[in-house]
Amino acid sequence: MSAPESEIVQFDNVGLRYGTDREILSNISFTLFPGRFYFLTGASGAGKTSLLKLLYLAQRPSRGAIRMFGTDVITLPRERLPAYRRRMGVVFQDFRLVDHLSAFDNIALPLRVSGVREADLQGPVTDMLEWVGLGHRAEARPATLSGGEQQRVAIARAVIGRPDMLVADEPTGNVDPEMALKLIRLFEALNRLGTTVVVATHDVHLIRKVPDSLIMRLDKGTLADPTGALRYPPRRVEAGR
Amino acid sequence: MKRPPVVTRAVERGLSPFRGKRAAHLLPRARLGGPMPWVIAIMVAITVLATAGGLALSNLVARASGDLASSATVQIVDPDPRTRSAQAEAARDLLASDPVVVSVAVLPEDEVEALLEPWLGAGAEDDALPIPALIELRLRDGSSETELARLADLLAEAAPDARIDAQSDWLAPVLSALSTLRWMAFGLIALLAFTGAAAVWLAARNALGSNRDTIEIVHLLGGSDDQIARIFQRSILLDALVGGLLGLLAGFAAVLLMGAQFAVLDSGLVAGGGLDRLDWMLLALVPLFAIAIAVYTARMTVLSSLRKML
Repeated sequence: MSAPESEIVQFDNVGLRYGTDREILSNISFTLFPGRFYFLTGASGAGKTSLLKLLYLAQRPSRGAIRMFGTDVITLPRERLPAYRRRMGVVFQDFRLVDHLSAFDNIALPLRVSGVREADLQGPVTDMLEWVGLGHRAEARPATLSGGEQQRVAIARAVIGRPDMLVADEPTGNVDPEMALKLIRLFEALNRLGTTVVVATHDVHLIRKVPDSLIMRLDKGTLADPTGALRYPPRRVEAGR
Repeated sequence: MKRPPVVTRAVERGLSPFRGKRAAHLLPRARLGGPMPWVIAIMVAITVLATAGGLALSNLVARASGDLASSATVQIVDPDPRTRSAQAEAARDLLASDPVVVSVAVLPEDEVEALLEPWLGAGAEDDALPIPALIELRLRDGSSETELARLADLLAEAAPDARIDAQSDWLAPVLSALSTLRWMAFGLIALLAFTGAAAVWLAARNALGSNRDTIEIVHLLGGSDDQIARIFQRSILLDALVGGLLGLLAGFAAVLLMGAQFAVLDSGLVAGGGLDRLDWMLLALVPLFAIAIAVYTARMTVLSSLRKML
């Protein structure tokens, strides 16, 4: 039985621990809906990055159920996971650019992985480079870019494929306020086009820039719901689905 | 502020191949290349040599076995030269009429003496040491021990001092040793294949380790295991192509050189161990097998490591 189409992500009583340590995340339950803008906030060490790793399918939970795009991704065979990852764009906290590829090639990477022809990706990648203000640095390697420039390349790489869901971990941490606002406007533009956006940040000013956003707050591995982001109670996932 | 670029939904949602130069570009050559082509070249050259040795020994054993299986020698040992000669002629006539015998020839006495000269010295007197009369027999292919026993019985009356020996009997230990050498050569080929696969396994693991960040990124961007494995396969394929070609050339040169050295020996036995056209074609396939093993090993190594990731 598949979940309703409207639920893009559903976490049900999810817990995460590494090895035999105590749980980093405990009893996490929430539902994300398409076209919404979510902020995930919390103090450093609260578990934001761990929660995002579960969201972008880099990690399996220790317990609980996760459904994404209507599918139980916990029991999904791993060879089918790439198709789900391609529906997401991810901005990593440490950017994770490929050192020996140019800014252009880093941004083009998701399109190439998805099989877009070279002729079809030249225009969009060039446009994206221009838009993040790096048109003149297309051939620059990450090592020659500043922290802010690297972050913009990472964001461009995450949004180039118009993902169904964008997950960003502290995406404005290394850029000046003007660029931070510009990037948030890009996220909003994507959001208006139907992309669900999840941004992890502890920058309250940034959160205020997006008035319609919903806030999830993590505190020592448990989730609070100050703006009613989780007001739709998660349905318990039926056994065997 | 400009609007964000309109990126159409050109991105295929299905799993499309990510290959070719663009994919290969993901792994810097400097990190992967290294000694791999040279390792493969050496492995291929040694394998070509071992294969050539194995094939030459196979040919030698097959030809020698065939020759010896259809050959026999009749010795007539009688101190009286006239009796000996008479028995030799009677035996020759009797054998020539037998359907199993293809050809029969009595060795002239001077030829027999020449054969024995290295052991007995020149001018050995008949009376001092009677020299047997020798008859060389060529038998029909597939003649068995039973046929030889029947011929011995046939000769018993006409030439009572005749003794018939299959040539394969006295050369059997030599053939057995050559056969062992042949199997050792094939065993060496198997070991080389295993060692080559192990070298590629190590290189692929090393490449995986030094490119782990890139692989993780491609993985998280939705790259499939097959796409990532192809990148490594391509890299190993290029190394194996270069190494295989170099190894084949070196191996061929060594085989030709050794062939020329053995040809100088002008030995009947060694001459039977030459390589025919099919053998050379088999040798030319060695690098192809090496490439296939290298690519398959690289693929399996990468897939096995990737399965440890989510």
